[in-house]
Amino acid sequence: MSALDLSGFADQKDLTAEIDDTRDALVLSMGPQHPSTHGVLRVMLRLDGETVISADPEIGFLHTGIEKQAENLFWQQAVTVVDRADYLAPLSNSLCYVLAAERLLGIDNIPPRAQVLRVMFTELTRIASHLVQLGTHAMDLGAQSIFMYAFEMRERILEIMEFVTGARMHQSWFRIGGLAIDVPKGFLAKIDDFIGRFPERLSDMRAILEKNVIIMDRLVGVGKMSAQEAIEWGMTGPILRASGVPYDVRKAYPYSGYETYDFDICTHTFGDSYARFVVRLDEMYQAWRIIKQAREKFPNGPVTIDDRKILAPPKTEIQHSMEALIHHFKLVSSGFNVPEGHVYQAVESPRGELGMYVTSAGGNKPWRVRWRPPSFYNLQALKKLAPGNLVADVVAIIGSLDPVFGEVDR
Amino acid sequence: MNPTLALLITTAIKAGVLIFIVVTSFAYLMLFERKLLAWFQLRVGPIWCGPWGLLQPAADAVKLVLKEDLTPATADPFIYKIAPALAVLTALMAYAIIPFGTFPDGTPISIANPNVGILFLLAMSAVGVYGIALGGWSSQSKWPLLGAVRSTAQLISYELAMGLSIVGVLILAGTTDLHGIVSAQSAHHVWYVIPQIVAFVIYGITATAETNRAPFDLPEAETELVAGFHTEYSSLRFGTFFVAEYVNMITVSAIGTLLFLGGGDGPFVSVVPWLSILWFLVKVAFLLFIFIWLRATLPRLRYDRLMAFGWKVLLPVAALNLLVTAAFVALRGHGT
Repeated sequence: MSALDLSGFADQKDLTAEIDDTRDALVLSMGPQHPSTHGVLRVMLRLDGETVISADPEIGFLHTGIEKQAENLFWQQAVTVVDRADYLAPLSNSLCYVLAAERLLGIDNIPPRAQVLRVMFTELTRIASHLVQLGTHAMDLGAQSIFMYAFEMRERILEIMEFVTGARMHQSWFRIGGLAIDVPKGFLAKIDDFIGRFPERLSDMRAILEKNVIIMDRLVGVGKMSAQEAIEWGMTGPILRASGVPYDVRKAYPYSGYETYDFDICTHTFGDSYARFVVRLDEMYQAWRIIKQAREKFPNGPVTIDDRKILAPPKTEIQHSMEALIHHFKLVSSGFNVPEGHVYQAVESPRGELGMYVTSAGGNKPWRVRWRPPSFYNLQALKKLAPGNLVADVVAIIGSLDPVFGEVDR
Repeated sequence: MNPTLALLITTAIKAGVLIFIVVTSFAYLMLFERKLLAWFQLRVGPIWCGPWGLLQPAADAVKLVLKEDLTPATADPFIYKIAPALAVLTALMAYAIIPFGTFPDGTPISIANPNVGILFLLAMSAVGVYGIALGGWSSQSKWPLLGAVRSTAQLISYELAMGLSIVGVLILAGTTDLHGIVSAQSAHHVWYVIPQIVAFVIYGITATAETNRAPFDLPEAETELVAGFHTEYSSLRFGTFFVAEYVNMITVSAIGTLLFLGGGDGPFVSVVPWLSILWFLVKVAFLLFIFIWLRATLPRLRYDRLMAFGWKVLLPVAALNLLVTAAFVALRGHGT
């Protein structure tokens, strides 16, 4: 962490003391149609002048019933709907679901190539998601160009995603038992190009933002949360780490071979919006390191397990083999059964600990896919963080909490 | 013909031509801004309307005119409707006294040339606040109200520092007549940006705040207050506020050029007097470019910090600058 002199910002404000709650408050409904509530959050603000007395987040405007939909699809098909919850990090969602299903099925022999690609692509997703957060957060603070720069950087990642999976946003590329398809020819050149260019772009971004006086003025000391409070409020991800708690699911409960990668947990001590912003910048660099290591490993071999009861055989085989055709028909028409049981699987999504409690009743559809969306838990902190700040700070705090409403409302 | 009548008619014609020019330049300033912002942001900007997007302003105007003009049921209809007119009226009035250059015989190219020109300009910009404040207030809606309160506070506090920064120039030039100030600069062979660099910087900052431009665009603050004081306005009334903002931008750039950058002064003006108009326009365009550059680069300040900056930094520095200038002129007995 760079040793910045922040003493000048320390006494920035303590407006809480000045609030006179006996006066008539202006009740302001911020959202659900508001440029800075990142989708469809509604915050009921009570204001004294421009100072917030209380803020009540209201959610549910983007409820799509994803959990329920997953119960009505075959195990394999549900991958497509879970993708759509956190629409900025779809691969993290599908990874979580796929890992849970694999644990229920007892599959522990995912080929190394598939493991490496899963890690590589969830880390690419993490960078893309943090870039969106960075861009929209900067735009909320009034810096429009940063938004464009961040989206341009994200575009390079989406190009790789599109090249490999055919989709830019909802890739649905992970399958129970491996990956949908192997990477096409020319992928390595693209990823090498990305690995080569990204650090410079990231340090450019840091140079514009990290010590920008206005950015620091807007973020330092705003929405401060101590480590104890962050734990009590159930924060995870960059918000928890910005308060100084080094908890990362990738280190604490490694999955997909994360224990074999060398990366740091990025923490900060301030616990304010600025700390969260810096932690996310640092995490992008760490994600880049993981991608680089994954590229160095990059083993050859299959990308799926060899189990015809779970994954359909290749098309060429279906055209020649009766057995293969039957397997294919069975999988498409009735899926596969998963042994009875329940499992909690957590992954580190860009927003924090994404957990899924998946229950199987032994059938070909999940009985229940219960989510622990990190945004949902992180967002509730708004109620605690906003009072005493100005309206402009509420925008900054929402941005730094980085909620994604597909995930909050499911 | 009656000389008074002749004066009235010529002035009316001049005013008509000027309004046409200013409104057209507003339209192209908008295109200029959109193009520049696009280039700053790795985009291309408007390209479909006409060659190189040159008809985009016309398309925007048509779009605005065709939209439904809404008045909120709870709004005070009279004030609600008068507010945008007030904003644009004061913005355009300021042009009456701006000398765009000089005729070969040395008289300024302007509609009027009162000897207290600069005071008139300050008065107009002060009255212009009412457009925003009344518009936000009469909308009877919460976001515009917050925007109006912000803008009133902001404009009052920045007006002071702006006035003080201008006084330094007035002391050096020894006149409040805009044409006189320009002549003084070319007579002394020095643009006041050099002796009054502090005042120029303060003027630049306060002018940005006066015109509600980023990073001081708090009354609008799209990502905080939706659209600030003009949230409820639609159609031409919204467009009118828009015109007022951009015309004000041109005004403050023109004043900055006159006070600090020597107006139409520049190479070859003594040979070809008409060049003074070109130099004037180039300098105004340069200042406008800086406005847009700032918008593309800087995040928005927070309301309380903005006020603190205005009162605790800009005002004392402007006052100090004024004192030093006054002392300098008093000791030397004359400016520059």
